[in-house]
Amino acid sequence: MKVCAVGSGPSSLAFAADMAKFGYEVTVFEALHDIGGVLKYGIPEFRLPNSVVEAEINTLRDMGVNFVPDVIVGKTISYDQIHSMGFDGIFVGSGAGLPRFMNIPGENLIGVMSSNEYLTRINLMGAGRGQGYDTPVLKGKNVVVCGGGNTAMDSARTAKRMGAETVTLVYRRSVNELPARAEEVHHAMEEGIDFHVLHNPIEYIADENGRVKEAILQVMELGEPDASGRRSPVPVEGKTETIPADLVIVAIGVSPNPIIPSAFKGLEISRRGTIVVGEETMQSAVSDVFAGGDIVRGGATVILAMGDGRRAAASMNEYLSKKS
Amino acid sequence: MFKIVSKKMFSEKVACFEVEAPLIAQSRKAGHFVIVRLDEKGERIPLTIADADVEKGTITLVVQAVGASSTRINALNVGDCLADVVGPLGHATDIRKYGTVICCGGGVGVAPLLPIVKAMHEAGNKVIVVLAARTKDLIILEDEMRANSDEVLIMTDDGSYGQKGVITVGVEQVILREHVDKCVCIGPTIMMKFVALLTKKYDVPTIVSLNTIMVDGTGMCGACRVTVGGKTKFVCVDGPEFDAAEVNFDEMMSRMRAYRAEETEAMNKINIG
Ligand SMILES: Cc1cc2nc3c(=O)[nH]c(=O)nc-3n(C[C@H](O)[C@H](O)[C@H](O)COP(=O)(O)OP(=O)(O)OC[C@H]3O[C@@H](n4cnc5c(N)ncnc54)[C@H](O)[C@@H]3O)c2cc1C
Ligand SMILES: Cc1cc2nc3c(=O)[nH]c(=O)nc-3n(C[C@H](O)[C@H](O)[C@H](O)COP(=O)(O)OP(=O)(O)OC[C@H]3O[C@@H](n4cnc5c(N)ncnc54)[C@H](O)[C@@H]3O)c2cc1C
Ligand code: FES
Repeated sequence: MKVCAVGSGPSSLAFAADMAKFGYEVTVFEALHDIGGVLKYGIPEFRLPNSVVEAEINTLRDMGVNFVPDVIVGKTISYDQIHSMGFDGIFVGSGAGLPRFMNIPGENLIGVMSSNEYLTRINLMGAGRGQGYDTPVLKGKNVVVCGGGNTAMDSARTAKRMGAETVTLVYRRSVNELPARAEEVHHAMEEGIDFHVLHNPIEYIADENGRVKEAILQVMELGEPDASGRRSPVPVEGKTETIPADLVIVAIGVSPNPIIPSAFKGLEISRRGTIVVGEETMQSAVSDVFAGGDIVRGGATVILAMGDGRRAAASMNEYLSKKS
Repeated sequence: MFKIVSKKMFSEKVACFEVEAPLIAQSRKAGHFVIVRLDEKGERIPLTIADADVEKGTITLVVQAVGASSTRINALNVGDCLADVVGPLGHATDIRKYGTVICCGGGVGVAPLLPIVKAMHEAGNKVIVVLAARTKDLIILEDEMRANSDEVLIMTDDGSYGQKGVITVGVEQVILREHVDKCVCIGPTIMMKFVALLTKKYDVPTIVSLNTIMVDGTGMCGACRVTVGGKTKFVCVDGPEFDAAEVNFDEMMSRMRAYRAEETEAMNKINIG
């Protein structure tokens, strides 16, 4: 029997490995030109070398998994076409690839970009590596990174490696609330990233060419715990600070990729835009569609994504065995 | 790999390719685009799907050489391959019977305009095409436009062909002459800005197709963002077509200059090498 996975991030790779072991013919469709999802385009080379990811993918290739890049399921091929191609089950691991912005004045100036754009240009497209890749990336002397997660740490450390003189990480709560793994925070501090906590950007100012030159930050303090259980950041009335910034990287989170939720009819979609699946079965409201990873959880982790992929494989195997 | 099966030069700088991409040929509609990567080190650049042949499994791309990547693509020949072609991307054009439709454009906009002209004509509209360029040699796709519309007006800055004048002169002539129900404009940002101002004055609903800088083309990076009606939109997934009256063209023009220095350097390398 033939099954396919949508996206080639860690959830799909784990799914494909198990399904191949169960004896299925597995095809992985990926929208980008390269396989690996966030492992390739997001997480930087100094933390996870592409050669390591590539070795894992080659192991899967040896197991017979077929990788097809440049196919956007829901655009290049439809749900119905997947069926007419003979696939009996579909695993959706399309991730949470949509960058969020803060919607503040000046955010569309030249030099303000999402962490996804910054990291993709460098990691996936090879920009700024001096190896003859065509894609350019803006460089900054004074780089400001907004956010406190792993993505913010990766962006800040990347900017440092790209030659920035100062890299300032602006986070609205305190060091204790940083969502990034402690180890990543530690590395960033060691590398000289300036942690500007309890500050939040409220506006960016342009130079005469339309490029960002300064960030205006609101000074914050910690209030009562909020829904997340962490103490909530509250603005200190009237207190702002202006710092130089010729490159601003916005790393405040991502939303679920909307392509599959809008292209597959009959799925149950949560208010946050995630695909709703059975907790153990990973099965969606469309019985032959299973899902896992960030498209189900919102921005989560590699380990959780892989666990989802494996559970989905076990559950799809059971579902398909019963059917046949 | 996506093989080039035919190539025709429309002008010195504009090439028309038929490329093997059977899945995209099947699913594309007028207004859709693809992201193309020339080779392993290439950029991902957006190009409109000008036409498609489902039987042959090919799509047609019309590429105008403006910088390094487009110049290198135009140097390819039949039998060569593009490393990646992905799509169809963006929303298709809202093709309906509006009545009388002006389709106008210039520069990089003329190729993307052709499939819309065709589809609007097939939907039973009276289609009036206004093409504009600096000079006669830069007018492209005139025959194809004539074959798929009711009338073609040509405008050149230097008067070497058609009428002398910019695009808005031609568009205004048509609006003053007869009732126009819809206008579609694709071209350099500055051209779209002035057409938008003109048609707003006459209350003609106008669509522009924005050709911003892109990276992935799938909504993942935000490089393509523009402000439309005061809100940030991603051209690759929310567009590429928007209501002209709502677009912040000045911001868009500024953002298009983000990589000017790098683009010039890349072009210089090609000219020397
Ligand atoms: C910079 C960065 C650093 C991170 N650091 C860590 C860390 O240190 N530890 C950790 O545990 N987690 C980390 N994460 C989070 C982790 O990478 C994600 O949780 C994980 O990759 C999610 O995996 P996934 O399988 O859901 O999909 P993703 O890895 O998001 O991959 C989804 C893939 O699907 C493709 N796709 C989307 N739609 C379609 C479609 N319609 N058709 C075909 N293909 C499609 C996308 O192009 C993409 O390649 C980090 C994330 C980022 C961005
Ligand atoms: C949705 C969409 C559809 C498109 N369809 C087509 C098409 O069918 N045919 C086609 O030839 N082009 C099309 N374009 C434009 C095309 O993608 C760019 O011309 C190309 O990316 C330029 O790459 P380059 O490396 O050759 O030039 P660059 O080095 O990037 O640019 C060189 C010079 O051209 C200018 N420039 C760059 N991009 C544009 C642009 N989009 N419009 C005007 N000036 C620009 C730059 O400011 C610079 O001065 C489309 C763009 C979009 C977003
Ligand atoms: S090109 Fe990346 S989001 Fe539009």
